[in-house]
Amino acid sequence: MAEEIQKSEPELERAAEPAKIEPPVVAASLPIKLEPDMPLLRIEAVAKKFGNFRAVDHVSLDVRAGEFFALLGPSGCGKTTLLRMLAGFETPDEGRILLGGKDIAHVLPHERPVNMMFQNYALFPHLSVRDNIAFGLKRAGMARVDIETRVAEMMALVRLEGMEKRKPDQLSGGQRQRVALARALARRPQVLLLDEPLAALDKKLRESTQRELMELQRRLGMTFIVVTHDQEEAMTMASRIGVMDAGRLDQVATPRDLYEAPASRWIAEFVGDINLFEGQPGAAEGGRLAVSTRDAGTLYVTEPRKALKGAVSVAIRPEKVKLSRRAPAVDEANAFNRLEGTITDVSYLGGQTTYKVKLDSGATVSSTMANTTRIVDAYLAGQRVVAWFTSDDCLVLDQ
Amino acid sequence: MASRRINRITRFNVTALALGFAFLYLPIVILVIYSFNDSRLVTVWGGWSLRWYREFFNDRAMLDAAWMSLRVAAVSATIATILGTLAAVALTRGERFGGRMLFSGMLYAPLVMPEVISGLSLLLLFVALDAGRGFWTVTIAHTTLTMCFVTVVVQSRLGQIDRSLEEAAMDLGCNPAQAFLSVTLPLIIPSIAAGWMLAFTLSLDDVVIASFTTGPGSATLPIRIYSEVRLGVKPEINAICTMVIALIAIVITAASFASRLSRVQGESAAPL
Amino acid sequence: MSARRIFARPARFAAIAPYLWMVLFFLVPFGFVLKIALSQTAIAQPPYVPVFDFMGGREAITAALEQLSFDNFKLLVSDDLYILSYLRSLTVALVSTAILLLIGYPIAYGMARLPQRWQPVAMMLVIVPFWTSFLIRIYAWINILQHDGLLNTVLLKLHLVSAPLVWLSTDSAMYIGIVYSYLPFMILPLYATLAKMDVSLLEAAADLGASPRQAFWQVTVPLSLPGVGAGALLCFIPIVGEFVIPDLLAGSDAMMIGQTLWLEFFTNKDWPVASAVAVVLLVLLVAPLLLYERLQHRQLEAR
Repeated sequence: MAEEIQKSEPELERAAEPAKIEPPVVAASLPIKLEPDMPLLRIEAVAKKFGNFRAVDHVSLDVRAGEFFALLGPSGCGKTTLLRMLAGFETPDEGRILLGGKDIAHVLPHERPVNMMFQNYALFPHLSVRDNIAFGLKRAGMARVDIETRVAEMMALVRLEGMEKRKPDQLSGGQRQRVALARALARRPQVLLLDEPLAALDKKLRESTQRELMELQRRLGMTFIVVTHDQEEAMTMASRIGVMDAGRLDQVATPRDLYEAPASRWIAEFVGDINLFEGQPGAAEGGRLAVSTRDAGTLYVTEPRKALKGAVSVAIRPEKVKLSRRAPAVDEANAFNRLEGTITDVSYLGGQTTYKVKLDSGATVSSTMANTTRIVDAYLAGQRVVAWFTSDDCLVLDQ
Repeated sequence: MASRRINRITRFNVTALALGFAFLYLPIVILVIYSFNDSRLVTVWGGWSLRWYREFFNDRAMLDAAWMSLRVAAVSATIATILGTLAAVALTRGERFGGRMLFSGMLYAPLVMPEVISGLSLLLLFVALDAGRGFWTVTIAHTTLTMCFVTVVVQSRLGQIDRSLEEAAMDLGCNPAQAFLSVTLPLIIPSIAAGWMLAFTLSLDDVVIASFTTGPGSATLPIRIYSEVRLGVKPEINAICTMVIALIAIVITAASFASRLSRVQGESAAPL
Repeated sequence: MSARRIFARPARFAAIAPYLWMVLFFLVPFGFVLKIALSQTAIAQPPYVPVFDFMGGREAITAALEQLSFDNFKLLVSDDLYILSYLRSLTVALVSTAILLLIGYPIAYGMARLPQRWQPVAMMLVIVPFWTSFLIRIYAWINILQHDGLLNTVLLKLHLVSAPLVWLSTDSAMYIGIVYSYLPFMILPLYATLAKMDVSLLEAAADLGASPRQAFWQVTVPLSLPGVGAGALLCFIPIVGEFVIPDLLAGSDAMMIGQTLWLEFFTNKDWPVASAVAVVLLVLLVAPLLLYERLQHRQLEAR
């Protein structure tokens, strides 16, 4: 995964390159001229209530042209409601949605230069693949010849040539997903909205489809906003991720920043696994802060930039916790944190193994280590080990 | 769901269903067979014959009644289908609106309302309006009854349709009316057709409401059959009934063919 | 505003025509029934007084209003004929519904437990008689039940009886006819609830130690109660007002209320009394009707 995270930033740059496909035809009904530095989509303090339930609670967000943006959150966090407001299926109670500087919050769905790929695909069962894709083009009053050309182009784009006459119920799940994508892309929307686009696919297909979606988005230079509950999916595909919880947008960051510098304890726990030690910050010395924790004694962390108030949590990702049989030599530059304990659980996952180490205080630390050799079984349950990590790898989060 | 262990043919299944279906079908089969009996007596088998069919086609009054019934059934079923479909759309897509409870109440009550009450009340209305009784009063009465059945049939189909299909249509540039016409309507056409046929057969079948709302000289077929039956069994009636059954069978078969041709996924042919 | 609401506005326009139609031809006529139930019989055309003359101005209407009375309802209470008819109707409907449930439940259960691919076929077989004419199906039974009909012939041939039995014009014939006509109405709602029941519930019951019989009584039956209610109401309410079946198959010594209404209206030409009978019948049916409406509502609109 680390590899993909590193890739994401250069990708963003490439995505921002001018589109290789000719400018939109259908979406031109709302011509958009972007000033330099102006976001394509600006969501301003948008709020939506269902009865007494705050589905979306004053969310503000900018999405730049050509971005692959992911809205990530657990079910019921409001991400789908936010997406449906962008599509026009819900109208915000408060706030504005600016597309190219124009407020579209109250524009009806069929008048927006935005298209959506539905979670269940919503393919019209009575229409052939061809007619499904041509549906939006006919509505736009495109000439017959142009429709044929565009449909053929879309069929090629999603590699469905030869399936024109099939009905949706004669397609496999992956093929349906591609028809839904082609149908939404056919109108060349300013923004393509994708509601859990891969949720209905099995794991293998999901991985290859992720790559295809990224490739497609880069080639078209189109802006994608995807809603997902799957953090790995969001990390793999998106150039930026917005994490939502209980109707609020908690953090917007690149996948790497989200993982390595989560803004809150909740996000740290939601995105990936993490070890947490609660404690009180002590004195800072030489760029390092000592935190006295209940379960792991004093831990040294690199001094954070922002000021801390009150109790904190020291957080460390399992893959950054190393194990060894005896304590490594002290390296002053790195100020190791060393915790002794006994291995209680070994979960072999193929490429890596996760060990649970029970500390003498009773707390448990997880460590994930890559299985870089085939035969050696590094550690066994019951073994005494030292779990160690550097102060640079630790995060300090407010309680 | 795959066929589980519990879904299988057992002695209980077969017995219950065999007895049930025998009870439902045997009387009709016997009636059809006896319509071809040359003898006037039910107990005596006089050999196969089309005698009673000839008799029907020479019976002016019966033919008139049959023609009247067919016209009433076709016209009332058509109006009922239009109104019933509109009502179903309003109930499934209209969300909340003023008088909705009254509306749905008025549409569900006639499904079970004793026919004598519906018939009497409509007659009193026609008398008060001083409307001449005949073809149109029966047609209006049948429309009122059968549109409720159409509503239920179409409504249950509309309820099954995934609302995101309509959203997708809007997302692709349809206004609500276009979305309905290009996506929803094609999907409910089979159930609208089923609704029409149900309305047609219900109208063709009704004695009570027609007796109240018809006028002199415009008796429907069921009214004629009914007055003959009160006087006892007549083989000619067997023949007429067989033809009515054949007509309905043709209509149902045509309908199931039509719905198979349209091959709409997830469509159930069941009317109720 | 949501997508549903965008759709709702034009959808409400669709209600206008059917709404007006039902108000005019379903709701308003009840007003006339009530009004005429309060009128007096007259040898006239139409056969009742007062006749409202809306052209006659205010005094004419007030005068007509003063002529309305509850005499017809007093007659219904004082004459045994009516009370006995009502009681007979309720009894017949109750007994028929019970028989229908006893016959319909095993059939519906048998259908729901058929292999999946056979279920639509069985469903069709139940629905087809429902499409065939109701009158014809009653008539078919007259063929069988009459004095020299098939039933007696078979019984005589089998030497089960020595002389032909009287079937027609008895209560048995009427019950056979009612059960026969209404059976699909009982089976379909029962089948619908039984078929959509999650089979894994029964597997869970078996897993937790219930015998098939216990699972049936403790899981299947309670879960099918909505279907039982729908089926029972779908049969009970119209049977109370049934006219054709008792008229053709039952004897003439006792009448159901539908027959009484018919007699008053067509034979005695007493429209006011017939209307009063209808009003009382409607009042009797209000509770089951409301119950039925709630079930319909839940079934069709709670999606």
